[in-house]
Amino acid sequence: MLDVITHITLVTLGVALLVAFVRLVKGPTLPDRIVAMDLFGVLVVGVIVVLAGWSGVRATLDAAIVIALVGFLSTVAYATYVERGDPQ
Amino acid sequence: MTDIVTGILWLVGSAFTLLAAIGVLRMPDVFTRMQASTKASTLGLACLLIGAALQGGDFASFIRIASIGAFVLLTTPVSAHVIARASYFAGVPLWEGTVLDERRNAKSGRRHDKSGSIDAASGITHDREANPGSGSR
Repeated sequence: MLDVITHITLVTLGVALLVAFVRLVKGPTLPDRIVAMDLFGVLVVGVIVVLAGWSGVRATLDAAIVIALVGFLSTVAYATYVERGDPQ
Repeated sequence: MTDIVTGILWLVGSAFTLLAAIGVLRMPDVFTRMQASTKASTLGLACLLIGAALQGGDFASFIRIASIGAFVLLTTPVSAHVIARASYFAGVPLWEGTVLDERRNAKSGRRHDKSGSIDAASGITHDREANPGSGSR
């Protein structure tokens, strides 16, 4: 039964990734795209965690930690870039 | 038994993350989008993490899952605050139905940049040379 639920979960997360990707493409401003990229990081971490919990391959959790870290740092860096304007 | 609890938690968590994505797509404003993304994705990812932690495994993987959860719960509000602050001061247009803008008539400090240094088409424009009077940032 958990196999079916895992597949449903993964498909739902994939649909969420697609929807966030639509916002990433549409924009209209740069902070909208930053929000979409931030959501991307959270969704990818969710996919990795669900796959690790389902398959028992726990080594991918390290990748999830790294993706969460890099996502947060990139969000802060992009926000700094937006707040300062274009660096001259 | 743990499979049932894990399944319920994963379904709830994926539903919440899908709601976050739909909120990011459908909300009218960058601030409301950020609000939908932050709230729903935090709860959704917490549900996914708890469900994965219930699936046995050794102590090291449990520690990793717990550290991911603690890190996400700590950093998501910080990143949301940083995005909101940057986009507000950079002059991202507010939704026309916005009820309250507390810094609209602020006497001190920085205000919302009405000159619109963020362009709708291209993100950040490079119009410092075009109107030098708007260099209030």
